[in-house]
Amino acid sequence: MSKTITIDGQIIPFEEGQTIMEAATEAGVYIPHLCHNPEFTPHGSCKLCTVNVNGRTCSACTFPAMEGQQILNDAKDINEDRKKITQMLFVEGNHFCPSCEKTGNCQLQAVAYHLNMLDDHFPLFYPHREMDASHAEVLIDHNRCIFCTLCVRASQQKDGKDVFAISGRGINKHLIVNAESGLLKDSELKATDQAAHVCPTGAILIKRTGYQIPIGERIYDHTQIDQVSLNSENLQHDN
Amino acid sequence: MYEHLETAKNQTNLKRIVVDPVSRVEGHGKVTLLLDAENKVQQARLHIVEFRGFERFIQGRPYWELPVLVQRLCGICPVSHHLAAAKAIDQLVGVDPVNLPVAAEKLRRLLHFGQVFQSHALHFFHLSSPDLLFGFESEISKRSVIAVLGAYPDLGVQGVMMRKYGQEVIRMISGKRVHGTGAIAGGMNKSLTKAERDYLLKDIDQMIDWSVASVELIKKVHCSNLPYYDDFGTIRSNYLGLTKPNGALELYHGGLRAKNDKGETIIDHVDYCQYNDYIHEEVRSWTYMKFPYLLSLGKENGWYRVGPLARVNNCDFIDTPLAEAARVEFKAHSGEAMVHSTLAFHWARLIETLHCAESIKLLLNDPDILSHDLVAQGEKRYEGVGVVEAPRGTLFHHYQVDENDIVTKANLIVSTTSNNMAMNESVRQVAAEYLSGQELTEPLLNNLEVAIRAYDPCLSCATHAMGKMPLQLELINAEGQLIDKLVKHSNGDIERNIHD
Repeated sequence: MSKTITIDGQIIPFEEGQTIMEAATEAGVYIPHLCHNPEFTPHGSCKLCTVNVNGRTCSACTFPAMEGQQILNDAKDINEDRKKITQMLFVEGNHFCPSCEKTGNCQLQAVAYHLNMLDDHFPLFYPHREMDASHAEVLIDHNRCIFCTLCVRASQQKDGKDVFAISGRGINKHLIVNAESGLLKDSELKATDQAAHVCPTGAILIKRTGYQIPIGERIYDHTQIDQVSLNSENLQHDN
Repeated sequence: MYEHLETAKNQTNLKRIVVDPVSRVEGHGKVTLLLDAENKVQQARLHIVEFRGFERFIQGRPYWELPVLVQRLCGICPVSHHLAAAKAIDQLVGVDPVNLPVAAEKLRRLLHFGQVFQSHALHFFHLSSPDLLFGFESEISKRSVIAVLGAYPDLGVQGVMMRKYGQEVIRMISGKRVHGTGAIAGGMNKSLTKAERDYLLKDIDQMIDWSVASVELIKKVHCSNLPYYDDFGTIRSNYLGLTKPNGALELYHGGLRAKNDKGETIIDHVDYCQYNDYIHEEVRSWTYMKFPYLLSLGKENGWYRVGPLARVNNCDFIDTPLAEAARVEFKAHSGEAMVHSTLAFHWARLIETLHCAESIKLLLNDPDILSHDLVAQGEKRYEGVGVVEAPRGTLFHHYQVDENDIVTKANLIVSTTSNNMAMNESVRQVAAEYLSGQELTEPLLNNLEVAIRAYDPCLSCATHAMGKMPLQLELINAEGQLIDKLVKHSNGDIERNIHD
């Protein structure tokens, strides 16, 4: 008999060593997330996948599944907290969806829709953040970075490079580039690197490709993020 | 002309009347009148009281964002900004208009015809028809499209359906009725499917019929009260717009043509990329809107009008038959080379509406709009200028980028900006000829708005005089005494401690 956990009353089998997120995804249960990507080591930083395990609050992407866990996932108060976290991500950066080229393909935007986020709620910070357009093919718009570290992990774990890192703490946290000048053009990044394609928001973009996909054909135009995320055919977009 | 009423010679003991806001226009503006003891108008101004500043905050953004970002200037004519910016960034990727794929150009034209069609229908039926059908001084309850729907239900519904049709054209091509995507550097991101084309073809004959009826309606309204309609708010001016190389009416791409009030050519077939050699802008202290003028005629005499009246006046002919017949009749009615009547803007606008409907039908029957050959590519450049004829007139977008594809400089001359002087002149004409010396009542003041409305101004599109407006900062203590004063002049000079 395989071991099981229970998520929102549904009994879900898991294999030893799986996280709650992995077991849930395999069973077709969506747990909202941004910094999680099954291709990379879990990071547990965005806190969107927070679930309640036997009365304790845990990150589903890092917490191991264990026999008999009673887990609350799609619960009103948990989703309210997730919405607040998403609102905080929006206000601490500069996310202008109406003109952003990632609109319709953006996980941050899609998860906000999924959580029924209708406003920012918190006062906008309007931080002053620079763009790094120095690279011939790749652009960093720091305004949209949510510090998920997916680019950091992709560069290290898939590309065999070490192009990105997060520096600073708290509100001063920021994405840095491994180059003496600090500029992307002087780094080892190539447009074909996975790190250049893994960003869940519009912070790292391939230049001169914006708006080429018409409205109606973008990832989240007709399908919500939970379905996209669970659909294995779309895993490459659900990084 | 009425320029002497821009600033009263002596402002003491004058009574101030304010029309705020100017209603049934896009954006926010107000009119101020200064009257003497006999209610004689001593000063009349149209002020644009909002500020947008797009020219500044698009600096630092990558150029491919421009068509999508800048279209947010407006909710009525975003397609015009979208296309003007797209034409400019075509050049940044080395694609000149002649090298744009045929399908992309035709789809852009179709998109633009849909846009002008819906915008003109919106303006005539929703915004202006209450004045034209019920009278300029009608009671306030009648001055809305709701009253038109009550008194003339067929006409009201027709207006709503015409606007809807134009927006459906936009939606089929750009994905959304307002603020979609579509044009990208060097082309378009999608063509029409057969199903989308057939959906639009279904109603186009009805749109043409309604457009013909609209032209007949405005002709009847105008000609039934000809001396009044030909005089109200009317000023003699120069006219600017694009025309095709053969002199035909053109909305998407052509050369610049300007004619004076006698119909004599000032410039013709000018490459719009050289616009800066022909058109400059002046900043005045009392409004956020600049005053463009033709360089060869100078600030005093070089101001001009743009929009439907200018285009129909300037062109030699219209290349769709029903609109051309309407144009010939329109030009003949005035007996002059140019029609100067400000209220004739409405008539010209509906002739263009008919032209759009006819052109939409032609393009929908053109198999090129189904083609998937949509994008061209060339050598990178660092500067691009895009010009289209927006519903309200000639629209200029001019951008410079650096080696990293980032916008470093932007200049927008928006249609309504070009009509700034003319709208002020028309306001002053109405104030001087129709209001001066009378006891001003609310219905009477609507006359000022009727004159402004004829231009179909989009005030929110047109306010970009950032950094050039004079500013005055006053520090006043609890007793109301002026402690300190800082003044920044238009030329950037700053003075301090100036005591009145």
